[in-house]
Amino acid sequence: MTQTKKNQQPQPAAQPKPGSAFAYAPAPESRSVVDIAPSYGLFIDGEFSDAADGRVFKTVSPSSEEVLSEVAQAGEADVDRAVRAARKAFASWSALPGSERAKYLFRIARIVQERSRELAVLESLDNGKPIRETRDADLPLVAAHFFYYAGWADKLAHAGFGPAPRPLGVAGQVIPWNFPLLMLAWKIAPALATGNTVVLKPAETTPLSALFFADICRQAGLPKGVVNILPGYGDAGAALVAHEGVDKVAFTGSTAVGKQIARTVAGGSKKLTLELGGKGANIVFDDAPIDQAVEGIVNGIFFNQGQVCCAGSRLLVQESVADEVLDALKRRLSTLRVGDPLDKNTDIGAINSAEQLARITALAEAGEAEGAERWSPACELPSAGYWFAPTLFTGVTQAHRVAREEIFGPVLSVLTFRTPAEAVEKANNTPYGLSAGIWTEKGSRILSVANQLRAGVVWANTFNKFDPTSPFGGYKESGFGREGGRHGLEAYLDV
Amino acid sequence: MPTTVPAHGPDAAARLASMADVTASDAALRRFLHGLPGVDAVGLEARAASLGTRSIKTTAKAYAIDLAISMIDLTTLEGADTPGKVRALSAKGVNPDPTDRTTPRVAAICVYPDMVATAKEALGDSGVHVASVATAFPAGRAALPVKLADTADAVAAGADEVDMVIDRGAFLAGRYLKVFEEIKAVREACRRPDGSSAHLKVIFENGELATYDNIRRASWLGMLAGADFIKTSTGKVAVNATPANTLLMLEAVRDFRAATGVQVGVKPAGGIRTSKDAIKFLVLVNETVGDEWLSNEWFRFGASSLLNDLLMQRQKLSTGRYSGPDYVTVD
Amino acid sequence: MSDKSEKAEAVRLSVFKTYKLFVGGKFPRSESGRVYEVTDAKGKWLANAPQSSRKDARDAVSAARKAFAGWSGATAYNRGQILYRVAEMLEGRREQFVREVGEAEGLSKSKAAAVVDAAIDRWVWYAGWTDKIAQVVGGANPVAGPYFNLSSPEPTGVVAVVAPQESSFLGLVSVVAPVIATGNTAVVVTSERAPLPALSLGEVLATSDLPGGVVNILSGRTSEVAPTLAAHMDVNALDLAGTVDDAALAKELEIAAADNLKRVLRPQAVDWAAEPGTDRMTAFLETKTVWHPAGAGAASGSAY
Repeated sequence: MTQTKKNQQPQPAAQPKPGSAFAYAPAPESRSVVDIAPSYGLFIDGEFSDAADGRVFKTVSPSSEEVLSEVAQAGEADVDRAVRAARKAFASWSALPGSERAKYLFRIARIVQERSRELAVLESLDNGKPIRETRDADLPLVAAHFFYYAGWADKLAHAGFGPAPRPLGVAGQVIPWNFPLLMLAWKIAPALATGNTVVLKPAETTPLSALFFADICRQAGLPKGVVNILPGYGDAGAALVAHEGVDKVAFTGSTAVGKQIARTVAGGSKKLTLELGGKGANIVFDDAPIDQAVEGIVNGIFFNQGQVCCAGSRLLVQESVADEVLDALKRRLSTLRVGDPLDKNTDIGAINSAEQLARITALAEAGEAEGAERWSPACELPSAGYWFAPTLFTGVTQAHRVAREEIFGPVLSVLTFRTPAEAVEKANNTPYGLSAGIWTEKGSRILSVANQLRAGVVWANTFNKFDPTSPFGGYKESGFGREGGRHGLEAYLDV
Repeated sequence: MPTTVPAHGPDAAARLASMADVTASDAALRRFLHGLPGVDAVGLEARAASLGTRSIKTTAKAYAIDLAISMIDLTTLEGADTPGKVRALSAKGVNPDPTDRTTPRVAAICVYPDMVATAKEALGDSGVHVASVATAFPAGRAALPVKLADTADAVAAGADEVDMVIDRGAFLAGRYLKVFEEIKAVREACRRPDGSSAHLKVIFENGELATYDNIRRASWLGMLAGADFIKTSTGKVAVNATPANTLLMLEAVRDFRAATGVQVGVKPAGGIRTSKDAIKFLVLVNETVGDEWLSNEWFRFGASSLLNDLLMQRQKLSTGRYSGPDYVTVD
Repeated sequence: MSDKSEKAEAVRLSVFKTYKLFVGGKFPRSESGRVYEVTDAKGKWLANAPQSSRKDARDAVSAARKAFAGWSGATAYNRGQILYRVAEMLEGRREQFVREVGEAEGLSKSKAAAVVDAAIDRWVWYAGWTDKIAQVVGGANPVAGPYFNLSSPEPTGVVAVVAPQESSFLGLVSVVAPVIATGNTAVVVTSERAPLPALSLGEVLATSDLPGGVVNILSGRTSEVAPTLAAHMDVNALDLAGTVDDAALAKELEIAAADNLKRVLRPQAVDWAAEPGTDRMTAFLETKTVWHPAGAGAASGSAY
């Protein structure tokens, strides 16, 4: 892509990358560990099948635009069939002793661990994210999530929802493309642990890992119909959400779609949880551990190319250290390695789709047009695929679009503040409320600022940390309900 | 940013003089050191671990192995050291792999002061330096005149480099100026009659300083006092060089150069035994301070068994077969 | 040991197993050199089991103490993975344990199989507790002041466990697993009459990624070993499950335990086949409460 070449001032970086004496040779992870079939069906009632109307769509690798596979595209009739299968499976699944459901989930967790390298490569291919992340973050978290909820299946009486909490029934789940398998785990693990059955629709740009997961369910001997996977577009998601046989809707994705879903289920009895967008503030005070704060800022906005709902996309830095932090940040950005997602040394991979790239590009251009100062390190982007260089906007104010709208890309907006009160006020001055970060060595400041932030997750002196035991979810327009931890059970229980 | 001068060059003293206000008194020095940004241990270790996952293959690996060999201070610091042992080690340092003359020489042979003359004679004009530990290494528990005599003795015997230990007791007791003055005095003792000086490496013994905040403070203190190199460890305690404490010291030399223009080297020592470990440290250098530190003028490994592992890896790269300990020399 | 195939075919003499203690991840004989005869429910000789001495008990406590820092410092997730691995390893040796439990407790093969299955599932149950108990028994406390206040459970330390006498395997697993799930380390005195399933469990634990010393297994005379452990000043807690039929011994041990105020779980009648609650975990947990100021807002503000 071309738009990133603008406004690049070669910084006096510590790291002259091209031509550096110690240039890392390519270190590609072997693609041969994963065998992608030329076509995949829908996974309904334990079998793969074509869509009722025979429609298919192609899924491409965003780093090369190579077609990876052709996938059946679910429509309304398929949704109906899948929901019926899930309904049929519900009776016996929910009647199983919790300890037996637990063992199925433990099996799934173990198979995910066993096949984790294969799944990591697959995810990097289909999503565009670096293998370093799929290998070291996504897949370990996926397995851990199944392990964690496996353990709850026979302990629900201890979870604080009454002596014998009941499942809801059929869960309709729609997940995004940014963490395809991890979001699947966040949805399916608690649903099955509590005795629900599921129909899950992965995103249209990243259907493959969910289809591999269907195979894992078969390897684990999971009864037919307990998990159904319907690759498809928004229309399939809408049909699923609206289906009268669905008792529970769980959605992760954009705030706009989340609002639409809330309207769809209004007036009915479906239980709803939504995990939506964010515009997380990462607040750096003048007494922060600066080197670690810089790492946290980088991790906060460039993890998964910034395509993270809880990204720290607004850096709020105390004016007294702003120059120091920004210099360090730019120096650090110059060492980021952008390129082939399968190279083990890649820090920043491809943007997931042409559409997403266009959105990031448009918002970044708006930032420039509104007068914010744009900076990117010198970096060569591959010619094929969807790419966007790591980008900083300085001189941003609360009024700029890049400070208000979720960009969902590797673009950081930098604002300054003078006092803790001002930091809190600016951090909360958004319709979103998913995440925030606080960087200071002073413990009481961490706790008082955290108390005042209207955000569902507050990281202090760290960022983008996830754990199956830790509840995750938003305030305000970032959605409602929590995933993870004991709290995550509630969304799938009749309480 | 001021222009850069090497810590071991003639212009460094003037730059350090510009920082004289912070070392003017114990109180000033304490205020300055305690005013340095804190270190979050979890974050520091996570960053070091993350850089440890870099995958260095093929041409990059070959480059890194030769670079690492050239950075080794090949060390013997045993009570059982003899002239024979030191001569054998010196021969190995000059010619690490007798079957492959393209193998680079090590940077220095590191010995106790009484072995300096032997090493100097054995190394001749090979270009391999003689480094001597001094100042009552490794504990450093001796009176200052003893430490200075120890240093002067090593320099007089021909040491090109002196590896001193700081007084950890004084440091942990908060007597920073005492530590500072002692380093300065040792630096003076490194001076030769012709006015030149042996390069001074200052060992903090990170394992005894115990906290990362202390290591950062010691780094600045050492550099302010005129260290040419800052060095992690003696190799004689439980915790020696780690990726995290070396990363922290690399950040310190980077920040010190940005503040003063004086460039100081870094030497991790102790516990680095495999090529894989050594390459991880080079990655830390590459991604923290970059090219300008990627030579043996600015980065060293204090090691003994590391060399043979590097040689075996080097043989693997050139032959395609894994090598074994019978195919490298034992000294 | 009985071996039906041997009788049927009379071709090959089977190899007997020497049963050994499990201490610090290793399999020592008793330092005393003593053994005692173990028989099946009908009195037929099965094996010679080590008869542990006071010094064996001391060694086991040292091993448990040495292992405590690492085990209690491991993540709850890691501990859960290891406990689950124990279940996996047990599943693979199910037939062996069915035989041993059947012989030890005089059960039919199907009843012994049900006991072993329940014991495997019990490991799975406690594997799932490692990373949940803190959320169930800990939490934030809404103190009246500008303070963050959080209570968390922490393992109490080295726990001496007198295992049930009758339920030689399911009972044993039911008392050992909860102790280590939460991060304690254990010194276990096996069923005196039926120690073999417990000693074989040591072999499973040794191949389950469990660090050496987390569980130490001693066979022998309960009345000889248990008092040593009850009085040992480096033992933090005592589970008296195996003294349920000996009130005098239970009282003696509890009195000895008072010297360093060990936490004592008194013996009670337990149906080992029933689903356990959390009480065997909470019995050996301390609660730590941390206070921290949470700021009080602004110190200033422009007044003009």
